[in-house]
Amino acid sequence: MSAAMKLDPRDRGGPAQPLLSVEGLKKYFPVRGGLLNRQVATVQAVDDVSFSVRKGETLGIVGESGCGKSTTARLLMRLMDPDSGSIVFDGDPVGERAGITVNEMRRQMQMVFQDSYTSLNPRMTMAESIAYAPRMHGTPRKEAFDRAETLLAQVGLNPRQYARRYPHELSGGQRQRVNIARALALEPRLVILDEAVAALDKSVEAQVLNLLGDLKSRFNLTYLFISHDLNVVEYMSDRVMVMYLGRVVETGPVEQIYRKPRHPYTRALFASKPTLDPDRRTTEMPLTGDPPNPINPPSGCRFRTRCAFAQAVCAEKPPPLAAPLDGETAEGAPHLVACHLPEAQAAMGVSAHA
Amino acid sequence: MSDATIDTAQRVLPAADAPASPAPGYWKSVSQRLARDPVTIAVSLVLIGILFITIGAPLVTNADPYAGSVLARLKPIGTPGHWLGTDETGRDLWTRLCYGGRLSLLAAVLPVTIALFVGGFLGILAGYSGGWINTAIMRTMDVFYAFPSILLAVAICGMLGNGLTNSILALGVVFIPPMVRVAETVTTQSRNLDFVEAARASGTTTLQIIRHHVLANVLGPILVYATSLISVSIILSAGLSFLGLGVTPPEPEWGLMLNSLRQAIYVQPYVAALPGVMIFVTSMCFNLMSDGLRSAMDVRLNK
Repeated sequence: MSAAMKLDPRDRGGPAQPLLSVEGLKKYFPVRGGLLNRQVATVQAVDDVSFSVRKGETLGIVGESGCGKSTTARLLMRLMDPDSGSIVFDGDPVGERAGITVNEMRRQMQMVFQDSYTSLNPRMTMAESIAYAPRMHGTPRKEAFDRAETLLAQVGLNPRQYARRYPHELSGGQRQRVNIARALALEPRLVILDEAVAALDKSVEAQVLNLLGDLKSRFNLTYLFISHDLNVVEYMSDRVMVMYLGRVVETGPVEQIYRKPRHPYTRALFASKPTLDPDRRTTEMPLTGDPPNPINPPSGCRFRTRCAFAQAVCAEKPPPLAAPLDGETAEGAPHLVACHLPEAQAAMGVSAHA
Repeated sequence: MSDATIDTAQRVLPAADAPASPAPGYWKSVSQRLARDPVTIAVSLVLIGILFITIGAPLVTNADPYAGSVLARLKPIGTPGHWLGTDETGRDLWTRLCYGGRLSLLAAVLPVTIALFVGGFLGILAGYSGGWINTAIMRTMDVFYAFPSILLAVAICGMLGNGLTNSILALGVVFIPPMVRVAETVTTQSRNLDFVEAARASGTTTLQIIRHHVLANVLGPILVYATSLISVSIILSAGLSFLGLGVTPPEPEWGLMLNSLRQAIYVQPYVAALPGVMIFVTSMCFNLMSDGLRSAMDVRLNK
């Protein structure tokens, strides 16, 4: 970790302790219907998800829509309560008697939403929106507004020009900058970016990504970067976590996952990424069909219904997240895969005619 | 960054060197926009005029609103001493209209105010809490909705007995359900918006969220709705008095006056129509005002 990171007075456990550690996070949504609104089914939106985020890194979370990325983000912010699982923030369990309260955690963890328009109150000016949370936490009005202007400048918007504007008077990229400024207003240590650039034009997206990079080093931030865009995740992340139907299927350092993905799903996901290089043709079999209904997910490994390698064992029990079976591991950040079959993990470049 | 400098919504800021903060409050900017709308200004002036002649009735007329004269019955408009004529018992109509506005306006504004507070509270409660609280409140309101509003008002008035207080109460009850619906809809909409989630995520308490984010977004629509309800209320309360369920004679009240002058419609049609004209003008003014209020409150419509 950087020297500046050590100077953060809020750092409790030193650089080796993960900033955020999530264990067995679970969220099932009841599906109601029929007579008397009975619960007829459950959607297993997030099922037994565990991961940790180290201080100063960017953890990218990728997956198809509906895989539980955004639900995970909302569970972390406690915008909804998890059914089970624990969240530990820098050594302090959140919401437990021995640890910190949800509100204390929220001061150190903030979130930027995907929709830049609905995430700003249409009746508040930019400066009011940014200054709002600090004011609610007791910062005097003048001080909060001064700081809001500083933040506006730091996200690349001239406060003279933008502080008094309303959300509808700004472009999408400008609004997302304001959203970032608002998330930073409480001086968080961890920022969750939930598809924060997904709705932006490509050129604006690049600018906002660069801004996020600058802010990260300037404020010693740690990012949880949620996106379905594999290129963006590769550019932003130090480590990547791949989710499928509410579970983690693979996690590891970004170079390893992108160079040598182990899980058949990860490979299929990367194969679906269009390449502009004619010499690098996609040879992986494309994924067919939609993801299974999360109301009634497949037994055992959830990917087995779309997996070319599936065998009997895959239906029996869910595969644990473990080191790749060929034993190749990196020091530091481990590469973990949830797959029973060594041959499925080893299969590289299986051509489409196989 | 081109993103920051390419400015699509070019807006001239007041004095470039003026400090940008703190920003003007939302309500301040609404009143500034209201003050620029000619229709709203005209309508407000008419309403202020009506308020002045009703509340300040002794200043604009010397006559007694109850004192009639058999000799001066149903005089036409322009009669010396009675410039708006007289009614069927010879009372000065101008005086009656001035004093009558007091009760008419009271009977119109008070029910809406009751509905604004009770209905607004219930609606925000239902919308923000959701679940069974919402179901309980909204289904109860649906029961009231099953009756046409005038019938419901007549029924409640009939139950409570006639009189001003009871007609105000009855109309208040009639206006609560639609008010709850408006407040509930807007609250539910704004509760699920990302900025409310963002406020929650920054540790804002539920009460603060309701005060700053929900109320600010709900207050506009329900105030606009309340203003438009006043015009309905004037007509309904006049209707109740017309039916003999509201104010009792000889109290001056526009609805009641319209009723008693109705027999004179062939003798003095212009005089007989005057209380109706007052009801129409006042109701129209409140309607136009609610229109102006709505567009002034909609930040997106204005530059």
